[in-house]
Amino acid sequence: MIPAWSQLANLAAALAFILALKALSSPKTARLGNRIGAVGAISAVAIVFFSESNLKHLPLILIAVAFGTVVGFVAAKKVQMTQMPQMVALFNGVGGGAAMAVSSIEFLKAGATDGFVALFATVFTVVIGSISFTGSIVTFLKLQELMTSRPVVLPLGRFITIGTALATVVMSVYLMVSPEIWALWTLVALSLVMGILFVLPVGGADVPIVISLLNAFTGLSVAASGYVLDNVLLLVAGTLVGASGTDIAIMLTYATKVIIVPGYGLAVAQAQQSLRELVDLLISKGVEVEYAIHPVAGRMPGHMNVLLAEADVPYEQLKEMDEINSEFANASVAVVVGANDVVNPAARTDKSSPIFGMPILNADQAEQVVFMKRSMRPGFAGVENELLFNDKTTLLFGDAKDSLSKVVAAVKSM
Amino acid sequence: MSIEIALLTIFILSIFVGFEVVSKVSTILHTPLMSGANAIHGVILVGAIIVTGHADNNLELTLGLVAIVLATINMVGGFVVTDRMLELFKSKKSTKAGDKK
Repeated sequence: MIPAWSQLANLAAALAFILALKALSSPKTARLGNRIGAVGAISAVAIVFFSESNLKHLPLILIAVAFGTVVGFVAAKKVQMTQMPQMVALFNGVGGGAAMAVSSIEFLKAGATDGFVALFATVFTVVIGSISFTGSIVTFLKLQELMTSRPVVLPLGRFITIGTALATVVMSVYLMVSPEIWALWTLVALSLVMGILFVLPVGGADVPIVISLLNAFTGLSVAASGYVLDNVLLLVAGTLVGASGTDIAIMLTYATKVIIVPGYGLAVAQAQQSLRELVDLLISKGVEVEYAIHPVAGRMPGHMNVLLAEADVPYEQLKEMDEINSEFANASVAVVVGANDVVNPAARTDKSSPIFGMPILNADQAEQVVFMKRSMRPGFAGVENELLFNDKTTLLFGDAKDSLSKVVAAVKSM
Repeated sequence: MSIEIALLTIFILSIFVGFEVVSKVSTILHTPLMSGANAIHGVILVGAIIVTGHADNNLELTLGLVAIVLATINMVGGFVVTDRMLELFKSKKSTKAGDKK
């Protein structure tokens, strides 16, 4: 049915995709690899128009493709690097929605005549695609701050979620045993609700993980990680001493090794350039400076690397958690800019803490710690950070950009 | 039956290729990895075009066209956004860290 040449062309497209991922092993080859992947995808789409005989509705199909191309292209060109996670979540969600629609149509056409394996695949795609669709939309709304990024806990939320999950499983089995159209729409509706229920109770600190999971269509796992962290809100109370930028400047200039721990607060304040300025200044004064990048710094894994690359920070200075954690003990100063949960020692020591067991950067082992924070508010996980109260910690409240500019000016004057 | 076994074989082998390739990805490129992988699953567009091309009634046609628009946004947006990010990772020779060598 499908001509051999088009099957071979599809093999080539598959290879292009593998190469695209393989090229990401180094920043030098990554961009070319991505373009190879894009060429593979475009040719796979072009080939379908020739290899499939008797395609109907061609003008409408072409209009739909053109429309999608314009929307996708413009959105991808306009998005700012700080908003990348929302965009990726959205692109991921619409992909899930498309997969769900495709297998629904396939079911409407073939339905009862399909074999068991085909029915199972249909059910799986409908469920996972729907969960990914609504789950990603909720993730987008949270990241875009169109709704609260705190965990949303419905009254009896756990029972509603478990009930919906059970109903989804029951409908999935029913659909495989008795392929009826009403059962399909019920399953779609249940799965769409399921997607929302999965993501609502997840707090901001877990969102990077949620994006990865949704991206890998492992929506079911999201539930488990969501429950671990739900409804935990501890508010920090107390009065603390802020420090002036000058004290910190003295500390930094006389330091021999400084480790910067950047967090999302840095990106929110658009302070990457100011940070790089400070680092360049310190390097010119002979201080050894490195960036410690937590795997989930920012709003999705690797987000911080993108943001710093945008500010022209050479990627050789960016150190992964495993690589740098042993070096904190040798560092004179750890500067934490707009991060909180990722340096909270409670993750190592306090078994009762909701973030216990989460891998953290050992900033507390540096000789001195400087926190640049907007307020005493806890991080997205809603957990108090004892490091803020430590004697060797200096706090610098305010917008990260303002704080950094002050420190830069102070260092320059020395 | 043999077709199903062949598909299963491809499926299993692809899982291993995927693991193998992704495990070698540099951690600093995890965001581009995710958006790149994201773009790749936009290839559902091919399936969307096929089912829409064989749609027999308005419901199937409408659903199909929606699927095409969504899949195209996924694919085009994904690749373009990844390209934009990777453009930022060009190696920088003019920085001070480089000069100190």
